[in-house]
Amino acid sequence: MTETTAPGAVSFCLRLLRRQLTLAIRRPVAVGNPLLFFAMVVALFPLGIGPAPETLAGFAPGILWIVALLSNLLSADGIFRSDFDDGSLEQLLLAPQPLYLSVLAYVAAHWLVTGVLLALVSPLFAAMLDLPVVAWPSLAAGLFLGSGVMSLVGGIGAALTVGLRRGGMLISLLILPFYMPVLIFGTATVQAALDGAPVQPFLALLGSMLCLSIALAPLAISAGLRISVDA
Amino acid sequence: MSITSGCDGLLLQCSALTLVRGERELFSGLDVSLRPGEVLQVEGENGAGKTSLLRVLAGLARYGYEGEITRPVPLLYIGHLSAVKELLTPRENLAWHVDGHADYRDSDVCAALAKVGLAGYEDVPSHQLSAGQHRRVNLARLHLSRQPLWLLDEPFTAIDRDGVASLEHLFVSHAKRGGAVVLTSHQPLRMEYPLTRLMLRAGGDL
Repeated sequence: MTETTAPGAVSFCLRLLRRQLTLAIRRPVAVGNPLLFFAMVVALFPLGIGPAPETLAGFAPGILWIVALLSNLLSADGIFRSDFDDGSLEQLLLAPQPLYLSVLAYVAAHWLVTGVLLALVSPLFAAMLDLPVVAWPSLAAGLFLGSGVMSLVGGIGAALTVGLRRGGMLISLLILPFYMPVLIFGTATVQAALDGAPVQPFLALLGSMLCLSIALAPLAISAGLRISVDA
Repeated sequence: MSITSGCDGLLLQCSALTLVRGERELFSGLDVSLRPGEVLQVEGENGAGKTSLLRVLAGLARYGYEGEITRPVPLLYIGHLSAVKELLTPRENLAWHVDGHADYRDSDVCAALAKVGLAGYEDVPSHQLSAGQHRRVNLARLHLSRQPLWLLDEPFTAIDRDGVASLEHLFVSHAKRGGAVVLTSHQPLRMEYPLTRLMLRAGGDL
């Protein structure tokens, strides 16, 4: 038997990312559902508040961001769920690599298949609500950064509730308050673009929130997972 | 294989271990120390605390016990759950395993799968495999393992008779290489190898 060393933290992290993305691709429904949810809810608003373009365009930044937030919330529950159920999570906790980076890989995979995807197709939904074209890039950029924060914060909730059979409602109550700053600055970005004001300050704020959550959220997620597996 | 162990040659040591679950004390003052070449069978009726003991020893349960545990060497833990992803093939399950202990070569992975009788199933999606085959995919990690210490919770569950014999053989060869095995099992082991036994009784220990 040859002596081998455990893979380094970064290569292990990339391996986890690849594993999670493969799993996501093999279950396209899980990737498609949040997008479909987004499309459905956005389609409801013209029915609810009337199809007048100027009314819709006025509400569009808020609507798009709230729906993005809800669709993220729906899928956040699943970040660790299947790994908890089949025992992979126990094995991950025993891995010699730092859990901090491993959970980042899990969250990054979630972000790529939900938030980034949503940011990419957001112009389509913006068009559905008659949002002026000038605001589309800032909507996409804001969603790109903000969904990263939402995935990380959602990861904390998922880690804490993964041991509970019906954690769905609890996770919403736990993490929705932490989504609020993202919502405020996200909609402000789009509004600034509509008003012709500079959007960079708002994007910078979203970016700094993302940096802060990358630094802190994995600590909370790791602790939450240890508690959930222990119980 | 050279096995590095702690300064006093132990692969695992715990002293004065007391575990309470709910109102019940599962065991108290338990001392376990494992030397290279030792196979320890933990016995006890259902609910005696075998799984809890193993989870504490592995480091999965970090609260609710008293006592000191030293784990100087890397360990491999196999619990009741197979950690096999339904959407991945057995090959991917092993090559991308989340326990992160080694980067396995593809040839090693195939060889390990062949040893557990899954040759030809390397690229079949795992959801097409039976429960016993899931167990076998998980147990193939033993063939790949470089960890000196194995903690195995009911390794024989859902394994047929030939599989049990080859597992016992594997434990012995691992112990002879200088590793150590802790396993929980209800069935008597038929191994030509000295076995240490630990009997857990409800409300006390022996």
